[in-house]
Amino acid sequence: MTFWNLKETDIDRIALGVGILGTGGGGNPYLASLMAKAQLLQGREIKMVRPADLAPDAMVLALGGIGAPTVGIEKIEEGDEGVRVLHAMERLIGRRIDAVMADEIGGGNGIAPMITAAKLGLPVVDADGMGRAFPEVQMTTFFINGQSTAPTALADASGNVVIVSQATSPEMLEKLMRAGTVAMGCTAHMGTAPMSGDFVRRFGVPHTVSQSWRLGDTVLNARAKKTNPVAAVLEQEGGALLLQGKVVDIGRKIEGGFVRGRLTVAGLGTFSGRLLEVDIQNEYLVAREEGKILSMVPDLICIMDSETGRPVSTEEQRYGLRVSVIAIPSPSLLRTELALASVGPRAFGYDFDFVPRGQPTVARPVEAYGLQK
Amino acid sequence: MTKQLRIGVDVGGTNTDAALLQGEEVLSTIKTATTANVTDGVSSAIRAVLLAASVASDRVGAVMIGTTHFLNALVERRHLQRTGILRLCGPATRALPPMIDWPEDLRLVVDGGAALVGGGVNYDGSSIAPLDTDAIRLACRDWRERGIGAIAICSVFALVDPRMEIAAAEIVAEEVPDVSVSLSHRIGKTGLLQRESATILNASLHRIGHETVAAFRHAFGELGLSCPLYLTQNDGTLMSAEYAERFPVFTMASGPTNSMRGAAFLTGLKDAVVIDIGGTTTDIGMLVSGFPRSRGEGATVAGVRTNFRVPDVFSFGLGGGSRVRDGDDLRIGPDSVGFRLPEKALCFGGDELTATDIAVAAGLVDLGDKTRLKHLDRAVVKAALNKMKRDVEAVVDQMKPGPDPIPAILVGGGSVLIDGFLEGTSVSLRPEHFGSANAIGAAIAQVSGEVDNIVSLEGQSRQSAVEGVIAEARRRAVEAGAAEDTVVLAEIDETPLSYLPGNAMRIAAKVVGDLNS
Repeated sequence: MTFWNLKETDIDRIALGVGILGTGGGGNPYLASLMAKAQLLQGREIKMVRPADLAPDAMVLALGGIGAPTVGIEKIEEGDEGVRVLHAMERLIGRRIDAVMADEIGGGNGIAPMITAAKLGLPVVDADGMGRAFPEVQMTTFFINGQSTAPTALADASGNVVIVSQATSPEMLEKLMRAGTVAMGCTAHMGTAPMSGDFVRRFGVPHTVSQSWRLGDTVLNARAKKTNPVAAVLEQEGGALLLQGKVVDIGRKIEGGFVRGRLTVAGLGTFSGRLLEVDIQNEYLVAREEGKILSMVPDLICIMDSETGRPVSTEEQRYGLRVSVIAIPSPSLLRTELALASVGPRAFGYDFDFVPRGQPTVARPVEAYGLQK
Repeated sequence: MTKQLRIGVDVGGTNTDAALLQGEEVLSTIKTATTANVTDGVSSAIRAVLLAASVASDRVGAVMIGTTHFLNALVERRHLQRTGILRLCGPATRALPPMIDWPEDLRLVVDGGAALVGGGVNYDGSSIAPLDTDAIRLACRDWRERGIGAIAICSVFALVDPRMEIAAAEIVAEEVPDVSVSLSHRIGKTGLLQRESATILNASLHRIGHETVAAFRHAFGELGLSCPLYLTQNDGTLMSAEYAERFPVFTMASGPTNSMRGAAFLTGLKDAVVIDIGGTTTDIGMLVSGFPRSRGEGATVAGVRTNFRVPDVFSFGLGGGSRVRDGDDLRIGPDSVGFRLPEKALCFGGDELTATDIAVAAGLVDLGDKTRLKHLDRAVVKAALNKMKRDVEAVVDQMKPGPDPIPAILVGGGSVLIDGFLEGTSVSLRPEHFGSANAIGAAIAQVSGEVDNIVSLEGQSRQSAVEGVIAEARRRAVEAGAAEDTVVLAEIDETPLSYLPGNAMRIAAKVVGDLNS
């Protein structure tokens, strides 16, 4: 099987890329990237494998952190939470797990499975179930396409493991997991029902770790060459620059556990005189100009510092920041009728239908795969 | 504020400034060169500022010093104490051991070994694991044998419940009686790794903190001063010398803060943008209710990520010593002739075109020999002035809280580079004594207390939770030297936590009061 053996510098690139794919949310990748690098420093390996290289009957476990980011920066993970989830799962299904992967590539969760994989010597699949960040578990391409809600496992640092052996819907599963996480002190690791290699090949968003790496690499190269990192990202992703300007207004409030608000960006330079509004619910959801919708969920609205290309999260937004608002077409797996019921505008409470923008992205695996056998 | 005499001193990289104040009146200001031995420079600045006003040293009621001395010790990796680290965490947090994101060379100097032991609480105050006293004693014995002189203790969610850190400190004191101990709940805010790093930095600076304060006291004796000594901290407020010995790490970002507080005092403005232009850099920050706005993310100190609240200051390479290059593309800075301005600038007989030469040629300031600038093209002078102003305006706009024009205060010796009104501001002021705003800011500083905590609302009302946080902030202000009856609430911030049910809140409070004198 062909692997991509990650180095520390790869983690740095991926951390930057998953920040961009976080579309304003997804949690800060910093601690996750430190944990991944700590694994490499201890001599362990993080090996990526392409979904196409998975055996059709391979057993794949999607893993990630769940909880409040504000708590996660204080009660940092023990490191074996994912291992406990995986072992519980193996006992439940009566066979070995062959590979792990991320439910969500956006933010720190795009990196989280690497820690468990390194500890157990398992490969990580270069794919995920969102191609970006979304707030809830039912919003993965896996659940959208029929992944079983059970068994699902939740583990904390202290050794508690919760198993859901039956859930009536992915939405109900989300509620049960959230309640369990609160009982565990608001940080936990979750693993959803193991999937076959064939299922992951069909319904996983392919090569999103590679995509993150390329995004990070593109930004770092542009910085080194002192060229425009935002333009480089757009060229890389085939996205569109919606507006370049500065933040002139930010309204935020917490509603039902989510950060909701609206951001207003006033154009500068060639965009002078134009005004863009972006709706926020943890992530950037809808971008409008004079009432006309320019981009909407599930397409990716990313906001980057115009000068450095650093992704700017919803919490960091404030008046005066010089930002570029870009739209990246969502992967085709998020654009199906079935998917839009879970991740389209109506799923987020809007009364309009999804109008796609641009051709769906298809990320290529990085060249590093070709170098190692 | 009483009418007693106070001396403010700001020790910068190049200059040590001092100001003598009586009540709100500035009696004298002085600028001297910073010396290798910080205490000598401070002594001579104090002597000079007293001499300039013909005031006897026994009339001085308080001296306030802002210094980058401890920061320099970290940056240069000098005089640091090897520190033992005790993390109270139970099974949690082990994915990231202490100092994992430190620069390797600094870690090698400071790292005295870490023990991760039973303890710590969850966000709601429930225990992660009981305090493992045996493991603490075991670690202490190892540190004692190896002669470790400083210990940092950091418990998970120590800000929710600090009792385990306090209990651990008592055990440490029994086992290693002469060691200095730093507790994380007194140092930083939520964010374990950064708070722990800040606590380790503080512990490693303990000895130099002690020595420096002792040296200042000795110098005071020689100067005939018998008044209390205070140091200014990151937020522009004061701490007593005794407090500074225990918390040297709080002095890290006092420089820009002192300038901003001085600017507020000199103009009477409480909400404004402050532009502090020195010899090498320009620092631009916002005054909100008379205090510098702090930055959302924490400060990186000597390459170490911490989560101190430091002023939200944007610094860039523009100052009186900035090199000016005329060509197709006019460039000013970011490189500078620095402290060699008096020999390098054209107007002083040197051979480098500097920002100061531009200001002199434009008639903004009268320095050196103007005739040496006759050859300068008027268009170049005008373009350079415009460029400096535009660069400052762009940053001012980025720092402003909203689109409305706000007042701008220009301070620092280099502020003469800016000619006239700044776009986006309502008024541009350059007050009297603008060159010594930093020392004046130190002299007029108040005392603060600050708490930033996650509070569970199980079993208590929001009101009582907020009151509890404010009471703790008041307690800290009084401990740091504030007169109890003058302490008022300066900032309160309540944030419900996302992804949590409605029973947890982050509450941050800051109080300020006048010096207890």
